[in-house]
Amino acid sequence: MSAINPELGAPDRPLRAARLRISGFFWRHRWAKAVLLLAPPLLAFGFVYLASLGALFISSFWTVDPFTTEIKHIWNIDNYRTIWDSGAYRSIALRTIGIAAAVTFTDALLAFPLGYFMARIASGRSRTFLFVAVLLPLWSSYLIRVYIWRLILNEDGVMNWTLGKVGLPHLHLAYTNWAVWIVFSYVWLPFMILPVFGALERVPHSLIEASRDLGAGGFQTFRRVVLPLALPGVIAGSIFTFSLTLGDYVTPLLAGGRPGTQFIGNVVYSSVGISNNVPFAAAFASIPLAVMAAYLLIARRLGAFEAM
Amino acid sequence: MEQRSTRWALGSWTVLVILFLWLPLGLIMVYAFNNSNVQSWPIPGFTTHWFRVAWHASEVRTAIWLSVRAALLATGFALVLGSAAAFAIARFRFFGRETVSFLLVLPIALPGIITGMALNSFFVFNHISLSLTTIVIGHSTFCVVLVYNNALARLRRSSPSLLEASADLGADGWQTFRFVIWPIISTALVAGGLLAFALSFDEVVVTFFTAGAQNTLPLLILGYIRLGQQLPIVNAIASVMILLTVIPVALAQRLMRDTGVVARGTAK
Repeated sequence: MSAINPELGAPDRPLRAARLRISGFFWRHRWAKAVLLLAPPLLAFGFVYLASLGALFISSFWTVDPFTTEIKHIWNIDNYRTIWDSGAYRSIALRTIGIAAAVTFTDALLAFPLGYFMARIASGRSRTFLFVAVLLPLWSSYLIRVYIWRLILNEDGVMNWTLGKVGLPHLHLAYTNWAVWIVFSYVWLPFMILPVFGALERVPHSLIEASRDLGAGGFQTFRRVVLPLALPGVIAGSIFTFSLTLGDYVTPLLAGGRPGTQFIGNVVYSSVGISNNVPFAAAFASIPLAVMAAYLLIARRLGAFEAM
Repeated sequence: MEQRSTRWALGSWTVLVILFLWLPLGLIMVYAFNNSNVQSWPIPGFTTHWFRVAWHASEVRTAIWLSVRAALLATGFALVLGSAAAFAIARFRFFGRETVSFLLVLPIALPGIITGMALNSFFVFNHISLSLTTIVIGHSTFCVVLVYNNALARLRRSSPSLLEASADLGADGWQTFRFVIWPIISTALVAGGLLAFALSFDEVVVTFFTAGAQNTLPLLILGYIRLGQQLPIVNAIASVMILLTVIPVALAQRLMRDTGVVARGTAK
């Protein structure tokens, strides 16, 4: 560094003196700086985001006039009762949660060996390469990654062409719940790989050596040392895969698109977009919210937040 | 150390999963050059016609322009709010600190449909008509956390004694910011900003609820796909978008690697 930096003015210049006074004030009153820094994000989040969540919750206890589609501010729990009593809505909720669980399980199964290879076997450049190879699909357009699978699973798409080439019969997966499951597993997979890799990378090598020294075989070491230490990473990943699947409506719409493939999100989407019934949509949206809240509480118990 | 056969099995699994991730992306690039209107496999021949059509479509241009403006504004808000919050959380201990960081992460932890619905009913509730402003507000909620996470990670790895040293040497607050804090944090902010831009540009779940009658590029594409219209154009735009998102993310990845003097001492 040069001896005299021209940008560091002497204290006698008025601007510099004023800046020193301000700095001195913030040094003596540290809380003032904290308040100044925190006020904008907190006000923005409090007044818009939290207020929105509150408004959503409140509106779920209102009704919509079926003729004028105006929201009537009459307090009742009819929306919740409709969801509870209707077999159709119940099966939609169960399908949503069931497929979310299946997707989470599939992604954990696909991700764990890959994460293990990245963390413990690959090194240097090949690890960086794998990391980028996992990261890039995560950031390329979600919508397009869903759409591609329509082209693949179509009757005359790549999948059936390949099956035909190897002499297998065609599969009719397009627009079924199978398609929804495959597409979800595909689009959220990187969200599982990254935390699993992170958790496995943090397992100290000395623990594995100690386990081997104490006479454990490879499988035993994996089951009793590596797996318990990597589990928070799997749970952290599952928060993403589970939550993202629960709240999605685009994949069921594009990969499924039939009444039998509807998710909670699709009912909410059409309640807002088509029938303009925000109170009912809000009530139905509270199901994924409640499920996620419970899931996050369990995940925190299992130490998943440290692994994110 | 793992046995040879285990390593081999894990390696093959890795290759298969990476192929599973990338083959579909490669496939859309091939479809973009499809010279037929019918989206079946194998494609009968190659053409670059659809890129030209997409480039000249006014609907597509309007949508791209709206998406770019929304993403730039949301990224701007995210940079200001996210870095302010990160400074406060990294440098101060106060009551409710955990709650604040939880609040900031909430928009990406909650299902997107909840955020979208909530904002939609908030706007309807307050008689705010849906416009570019409401899109930007929606995107800002989940873009803030990206900047916040990147900035916080960088600040946590830098030592607070650097700031004290700077003050001891006679620097005022601005000089400390300009010559100490900024060099530490600038690349993290750029990385966070790039990720925020990429996420905003691509977002569809929340945007549907906050855009009203306007079409951002993802909303336009969603409409095309649903109606089965203009699919050749969708293919062309899709492959360009995949190539374009690669750039900011690869840049962000490079920028977040440890570079400065500051990180060297404390990083593992």
